[in-house]
Amino acid sequence: MTTAVRVRGLTKRYGDVQAVDGIDLDIRAGEVFAILGPNGAGKSTTVEILEGHRRRDGGEVSVLGTDPGRPTREWRARVGVVLQTANDVAEATVRETVRHFAGYYPSARDPDEVIERVGLTDKAGKRIRQLSGGQRRRVDVALGVIGGPELLFLDEPTTGFDPEARRQFWELIQGLAHQGTTIVLTTHYLDEAEALADRVAVIAKGRIVAEGDPATLGGRATAEATVRWAGGSVETGTPTKTVLELTRQFDGEIPELAVTRPSLEDVYLRLIEG
Amino acid sequence: MTQIVAPPAVPAAPAELPSAIRLSLSRAAIETRMFFREKDAVIFTFSFPIILLVIFGSIFANDLEGTGLNVSQLYVAGLIGSATMTGFQNLGIGIAMDRDDGTLKRLAGTPMPPSAYFAGKALNTLLVSFVQVVILLAIGVALFGLELPAEASGWLTFAWVFVLGVLGSSLLGIAVSSLPRSGKSASAVIAMPFVVLQFISGVFIPISELPEWLTRIASFFPLKWMCQGFRSVFLGDGGATLELAASYELDRVALILGAWVIGGLLLCLTTFRWKSRRDG
Repeated sequence: MTTAVRVRGLTKRYGDVQAVDGIDLDIRAGEVFAILGPNGAGKSTTVEILEGHRRRDGGEVSVLGTDPGRPTREWRARVGVVLQTANDVAEATVRETVRHFAGYYPSARDPDEVIERVGLTDKAGKRIRQLSGGQRRRVDVALGVIGGPELLFLDEPTTGFDPEARRQFWELIQGLAHQGTTIVLTTHYLDEAEALADRVAVIAKGRIVAEGDPATLGGRATAEATVRWAGGSVETGTPTKTVLELTRQFDGEIPELAVTRPSLEDVYLRLIEG
Repeated sequence: MTQIVAPPAVPAAPAELPSAIRLSLSRAAIETRMFFREKDAVIFTFSFPIILLVIFGSIFANDLEGTGLNVSQLYVAGLIGSATMTGFQNLGIGIAMDRDDGTLKRLAGTPMPPSAYFAGKALNTLLVSFVQVVILLAIGVALFGLELPAEASGWLTFAWVFVLGVLGSSLLGIAVSSLPRSGKSASAVIAMPFVVLQFISGVFIPISELPEWLTRIASFFPLKWMCQGFRSVFLGDGGATLELAASYELDRVALILGAWVIGGLLLCLTTFRWKSRRDG
C-alpha cells in the first residue's frame, strides 16, 4: 500500500497562536481520510499546507512524493483542490468553465462526462451566477476533478447544504473514491465523516488527539453501552445480559427499551474537550 | 460468447503540460468573454470616455491661436491617453476582486502558470483599450475635425505609445491591486489616484495651464507622457508649440514609458499578493 501523504512534526504559527503544533499523518493511496476538528483547531491550515497554498514553519511534508512547499506544475496537475468558499467565474456557464479548466491539464477528463458525474448536465448551459449554493459546490468539485487527480482535497465541502443535497454530494464523493481517487476532506459534520471516511483524524489545538476507523475511534466500539428503559438506565459492558435480565423482570416486552453506544459525536466532543 | 475483459491498467505516458502561450490565449478568451457579459460594466466602460469627450469637446471648442487646431482636438488626444491607461483601473479593481472572490486561490491550485493569468489580463486590457481608442478616434474625426496621420510614421508612433502605455499601466494596475483591503474597497482606492492623475496629466486641462509643481508631479507618471505621445500623432507639428518644451519630446516619452514597463514589472514581482489580507 503506497502512501499518498506523509507528514512529520508539522508546525505553523500565526503571531502568538500556534495553529499547528506538531502533526504527524500518513494517508494511504486510495483511501478517504477525514480531518475533524472545531473551528480554529488547525485543520484548514494543515490542509492548506498540504495543498501547497500555505507555507509551513517546520516539519516534513510529502504529498504524492513532492514537497508542497515547492509546488511544480506537474505536481499541481496530479492534485485536485476544492476550496472552502469561492464566488468566482460568475458570468461564465458551467460548460465553459469546466472546459476552460480542462485546458490547464495534460490529460484532463472529458468535460461533459465530468459535468454528468456531478449531476449538472441539465445546468451545463447556465451561468454559474444563476446556480444554487449546492449546485455551485458541484461546479467546484467538477473543477477539482477535471484534471483527473490522484489526490483530491475537499475543504468543508458540504457546509450550508440541505440534507438532500448533502446525501447527493456524498454519493458523488463515494463514486470518486470507488474509482481510486485518494480523498482528504475536512468537515464539521460527524455523520459526513462516518459516511465517507475510511479513517478519521481529530485535530484539537493544533495536535492530533485521535486517529482511526470512525467506527472504533476513541474506543467507541468497546466503550460501555447504555441500556435505557421506562424507569431506569444503566451503563454496562455486557448489555445483552442486562437486556435478558430485564426481559425476565418485565416478563416480555421491555417498555421503551434502547441500547446505545457512544456516537461518534459523543466521542468527538470528549476528545476535543480533553 | 464474447467475454469482456477489463483492459490492464496501463499507466498513461506523462502527457505534456499545455504551453504558457496557449494558456495565456485561453485566459484572454475567457476574461474577454466574461468582461463582455457584464453588460452594465461594458456599457459604462465604453460610454464614459465618449461622454467626457463629447462634453469637454463641446464646451471648450475655441481655436488655439497660430496652430490651426482647436481645444476639442486636444481633448481627443488626452482622452485617448486616458483610454490607454484604462488597464490601470480595470486591472487594479479586477484583480482585487479576483483575490476576494476566490479566483486567484482557485487558479493557484491548478497547473496554470501565473504568467498566463497576467498575460490573459493584459491581452484583455489591450483589446478593451483598443476598442475605446477606435471609438474616440471615430468621434474625434466625425465631430471635432480631428485629422488622422497620413504617414506611416505617425501610426508607428501611435502603435508604440499605445502598446508601451497599455503594458505599463496594466503592470501598474496589477501592482496597485494589492493595496485595497478588499474587493469592495478597490474601486474607491483605485479610482481616486486615476482621476487625480487625469487632471494633472493634461487629459482634461491643457498641461500649459497647470502650475509647474503639478506638472512636475505628473512627469513621474506615465499618463502625461502617453497624452504627449498621442498629441504628437494627432495634432502634428502645429501643436508642438503648445507643449511646455515646445516639442513633443518623443525620446523622453519612450524612455519614461519604457521605464514604467520595467518598473511596473518589478513592482508586481515584489509586491503581488495571491491571498486577501483576511486570508493571511
